[in-house]
Amino acid sequence: MVLDVVAGALTLVGAALALVAGVGMVRFPDVFARMHAATKPATLGLLLIVIGALLRVDDPGSTVQLLLVMFVQFLTAPVGAHMVGRAAYRAGGLLAPDTVLDELATALADGGPQGPVPPQAT
Amino acid sequence: MTVVAVVAYVLLSIGALCTLVRLVIGPSLADRVVATDLLLVLVICAVGVNAVHVGRSDYLDVMVVVGVVGFLGTVTVARFIEKRGA
Repeated sequence: MVLDVVAGALTLVGAALALVAGVGMVRFPDVFARMHAATKPATLGLLLIVIGALLRVDDPGSTVQLLLVMFVQFLTAPVGAHMVGRAAYRAGGLLAPDTVLDELATALADGGPQGPVPPQAT
Repeated sequence: MTVVAVVAYVLLSIGALCTLVRLVIGPSLADRVVATDLLLVLVICAVGVNAVHVGRSDYLDVMVVVGVVGFLGTVTVARFIEKRGA
């Protein structure tokens, strides 16, 4: 009974994170800010819902499956977000007009991914 | 538990509708990739809410499969953007 209440509360919080992500997807100004909103339910919201399901479903096989879902999601969500963000930045022109600081642009101007080029010793 | 499940489904549905709006109007391909990724995550969350609701493990395979396939799709389109531009 207590476990059911805890599972229900965790599920509601996870679903509320999904709502927050949807609002962020509509209202945020550029693709990077939207990515920031979209990755919240991908890890935290799904973690809460999976813990709720773990408390409700008492079957060893499904416990393993739910833990596998969390493991795969925690491995793949940062990798996918990193690849989309890098591709979107390199495509160019996707930053919002009111962006105040783009440190990657200055770092790239200073000599590429390796940073400033050291002076050649003669 | 039914009340909790219905409220959770409603919250997930509103989030998915907002994500669909971004998927339709999204100005660049990267916006649509992010929206599609979030939509798949919401599908996984809905299957999890279903497991919480009924207390059985009928559709947990769907969670695993959708998670892996969604990652593959995201990475594929990200590489496409990197080659062709958004």
